[in-house]
Amino acid sequence: MKSVFLLEFFSVLCFVLLSTVTAKNSEDIRCKCICPPYRDVEGQIYKQNVSLKDCNCLHVVEPMPVEGKDVEAYCLRCECKYEERSSGTIKFTIIMYLSILGLLLLYMVYLTLLEPMLKRRLFGHSQLIQNDDDVGDQQPFANAHNVLSRSHSRPNMLNKVEHAQQRWRRQVQEQRKSVFDRHVVLS
Amino acid sequence: MESEQLYHRGYCRNSYNSIASASSDEELLDGAGVIMDFHTTEDDNLLDGDAASPGSNYAMSNGGGAASSTTHLLDFLEEPIPGVGTYDDFHTIDWVREKCKDRERHRKINSKKKESAWEFTKSLYDAWSGWLVVTLTGLASGALAGLIDIAADWMNDLKEGVCLSAMWFNHEQCCWTSNETTFAERDKCPQWKSWAELILGQAEGPGSYIMNYFMYIYWALSFAFLAVCLVKVFAPYACGSGIPEIKTILSGFIIRGYLGKWTLMIKTITLVLAVASGLSLGKEGPLVHVACCCGNIFSYLFPKYSKNEAKKREVLSAASAAGVSVAFGAPIGGVLFSLEEVSYYFPLKTLWRSFFAALVAAFVLRSINPFGNSRLVLFYVEYHTPWYLFELIPFILLGVFGGLWGAFFIRANIAWCRRRKSTRFGKFPVLEVILVAAITAVVAFPNPYTRQNTSELIKELFTDCGPLESSQLCQYRLQMNGSKASEGGPNRPAGPGVYSAMWQLCLALIFKIIMTIFTFGLKVPSGLFIPSMAIGAIAGRIVGIAVEQLAYYHHDWFLFKEWCEVGADCITPGLYAMVGAAACLGGVTRMTVSLVVIVFELTGGLEYIVPLMAAVMTSKWVGDAFGREGIYEAHIRLNGYPFLDAKEEFTHTTLAREVMRPRRSDPPLAVLTQDDLTVEELQSVINETSYNGFPVIVSKESQRLVGFALRRDITIAIENARRKQEGIVLSSRVYFTQHAPTLPADSPRPLKLRSILDMSPFTVTDHTPMEIVVDIFRKLGLRQCLVTHNGIVLGIITKKNILEHLEELKQHMEPLVTSPAPITHVTLPLLPTLAPVSLGSASFGGLHETWCEKLLTVPGFKPQAFFSLFSHFLFSLC
Repeated sequence: MKSVFLLEFFSVLCFVLLSTVTAKNSEDIRCKCICPPYRDVEGQIYKQNVSLKDCNCLHVVEPMPVEGKDVEAYCLRCECKYEERSSGTIKFTIIMYLSILGLLLLYMVYLTLLEPMLKRRLFGHSQLIQNDDDVGDQQPFANAHNVLSRSHSRPNMLNKVEHAQQRWRRQVQEQRKSVFDRHVVLS
Repeated sequence: MESEQLYHRGYCRNSYNSIASASSDEELLDGAGVIMDFHTTEDDNLLDGDAASPGSNYAMSNGGGAASSTTHLLDFLEEPIPGVGTYDDFHTIDWVREKCKDRERHRKINSKKKESAWEFTKSLYDAWSGWLVVTLTGLASGALAGLIDIAADWMNDLKEGVCLSAMWFNHEQCCWTSNETTFAERDKCPQWKSWAELILGQAEGPGSYIMNYFMYIYWALSFAFLAVCLVKVFAPYACGSGIPEIKTILSGFIIRGYLGKWTLMIKTITLVLAVASGLSLGKEGPLVHVACCCGNIFSYLFPKYSKNEAKKREVLSAASAAGVSVAFGAPIGGVLFSLEEVSYYFPLKTLWRSFFAALVAAFVLRSINPFGNSRLVLFYVEYHTPWYLFELIPFILLGVFGGLWGAFFIRANIAWCRRRKSTRFGKFPVLEVILVAAITAVVAFPNPYTRQNTSELIKELFTDCGPLESSQLCQYRLQMNGSKASEGGPNRPAGPGVYSAMWQLCLALIFKIIMTIFTFGLKVPSGLFIPSMAIGAIAGRIVGIAVEQLAYYHHDWFLFKEWCEVGADCITPGLYAMVGAAACLGGVTRMTVSLVVIVFELTGGLEYIVPLMAAVMTSKWVGDAFGREGIYEAHIRLNGYPFLDAKEEFTHTTLAREVMRPRRSDPPLAVLTQDDLTVEELQSVINETSYNGFPVIVSKESQRLVGFALRRDITIAIENARRKQEGIVLSSRVYFTQHAPTLPADSPRPLKLRSILDMSPFTVTDHTPMEIVVDIFRKLGLRQCLVTHNGIVLGIITKKNILEHLEELKQHMEPLVTSPAPITHVTLPLLPTLAPVSLGSASFGGLHETWCEKLLTVPGFKPQAFFSLFSHFLFSLC
């Protein structure tokens, strides 16, 4: 259980580190100047890949649409903004997000479509029904059984995973019942 | 370790017996405990020495530390029972017990500290673990917020097109360095292709419009479908905003799995999908839930927090602050939000930790820089123009609008949610989501203000017209004669663009109002902040432009004459939008201080605090005039969570005797005697009743109180004894006393259950006013309280009894029948699982039914009832 948390923590840390490391990419900075219409010059947007200290109209607006003494007046109206992004973080985030989403969708398809089919083929019909039925722990002492057995049995790894999965599925089923069928929480 | 903790609990409870308040002065407490216990022993001996069984010298264990060490020696056979002291799902925690447990643990670590270097390190680690866990929570919630922001932006733009050069970029990032310099073409860069361009090969014309329309609906529907499917299959608890439930959990309720790993993952993933699907919802509320999940998960790393429900809630308070901090980029606002809105128990230590968590989370999000504007939120704005005194009038009007909207929204949404909860209509969550998403997408696309992302809409409404006159909102008629007017300053006559924008904004306002009512409560992650703010921002912008035009055309009015000279800056419509947003959000949630701080952290201008305060306060007053509870309290009440609101006052004159269970007509209280029950009898008591705890008395004859035992602990202990101890059979005697009762020689081995007995249950006398009882429950966070008369147990009051009582009184005082339509009585079978604190040892099923009925008869449920509610609402306005 702890390793899962450590892993989670580690991945979060990686994410933070990655975002700070990849922040400085030469493509990832820009200075964007928006210049409104001036006399007969149309409004223009200029983008240049310059550093923060050069982010002003004189450096960014090229070619200058007006002559000599008008430059100052033109530049006064321009609004220059320095912006930076980290494309690495964006790429990493989107790809990670899509892969997690994909995995979840695959697992969802497996759980809802494939598994019932496989089970039916392997065990026949009766097993399935029984499996659905054994969820209810209405006995007051069954709960105690659960609590005690949870803390004592130390099976091998595979059993543990199987057990954890079973327990998780039972929990989700219980949650689904209370949210969607009985509407006791979250409605 | 656990054994000692457990065993110490009994001792520390005893010391608690005497002094009710949670004093930190341990020495004093212990000493007082000793004195008190002597008194009780003497009393026992004097009054009914013979009534007590021969072995009932339980004063032995009640002394101070010395006595407890003797019991330790005596009890060497007694092993710790795993699971005792934990709680069942949907149960209320006992704050007093948990806090006491923590102090005991702390004391133990402190006393061991000097023994060795290792123990000293352990104590240091223990002291630091609070800060460590909030740091981790802040890091994780900041990172997750960054992920959600980036992914939601990208997915949202996916509805319109795709970046061919790098598919992971959204529209803005795709055209990062493109050279389209003119204003008209600034959104068109070669790398970014709309779906019509990709599929049909043409960017203009009706065909491509229809194609784009179709793709927009297609993506919106598929995102919504995926979101609701994932929620339904993996984590049903991930739906909704989560704040009502977190409020309830923080007040001391257990919902297992609500803050678990799967909920966290599914909520994060589906939140992106839900936001991108264009539904009228926001990500701010769910971010609080996400942060709380992080807090809960990280608290499992530290035994100090994982084993103590009260301590865990301190972490959750800090986590919710971190959640708001990243949602709005407002660290201080987050801390205040946690304090004002969600937290129940908020000591200063938690305040500092919340502050730190909010700081860390904001720092992480800032370093990720998800929007590329070096800010934490998309709609960060900066104003530099001052405001004038006469503008307070429109601001207050906006506040009135916000309050009205809040009251209307709460009633309509609750009526709709109740319908979903109680009729067959609630059986089709997937279909409902698809339907709402389809309607939203179909209606939203033609209007540019509803087509775009709601955050972007808010940003556009908040921002003033700059040099880039891109949106229609800024198409003012240029005045050719004055050089000043052409500069883009405000106070110019509106052009046709502004008028058409007004129409579209009005339509968008109506659309948002209707859709938000039906969206909040869908079975996808859905927050309320952003849609509320959008509604307020639209209304505010409309009012702002109206005032601006008024000032332009009537600049000789006495109001405008003084402040608004022709051509000078006077009215800032963006500021009106911001004030409107704050007012609407305030009307819905009834927050005040935290809301103002959040909004002023969004603007970064201190000078707008007064307008914001005026608007938010007005909106709260107006909203409170129509119903005192905010949307979260209303949802808590709708779901029947056991939440004892600390804000409400109790003004009635009832006595504890009238509230306690059993009632006069009920069967007598189910009690256990301390030493003449057998295992079989105990089991039959447990099997036949559904109460969660039983008072333990001296004997049937004397009826005097010994302690209180919880059902869960009893079942676990019996089961444990069956497995571990030999010779425990059904006819074994069960005893709660220190020494086994004298038994015939051939009887089976008795079972000792003293370790699970709470020997210091809270008691009040039957003549205690309910005012005091309610105060005790609120301030100490009790789970149950026994009612005694001359030391004899009469009954029990649980948190749930108090809630029922409050509800009953409310019905008597102000009948909630607001609808003139015929009222349909809907009774929900209140399920045993959601009889969370049904500790009462008396059956109150009958009463329960009526309570439910009363609770649920608020507005009608017939189809026309909704409209009659609306008409009544309008009627009450006039």
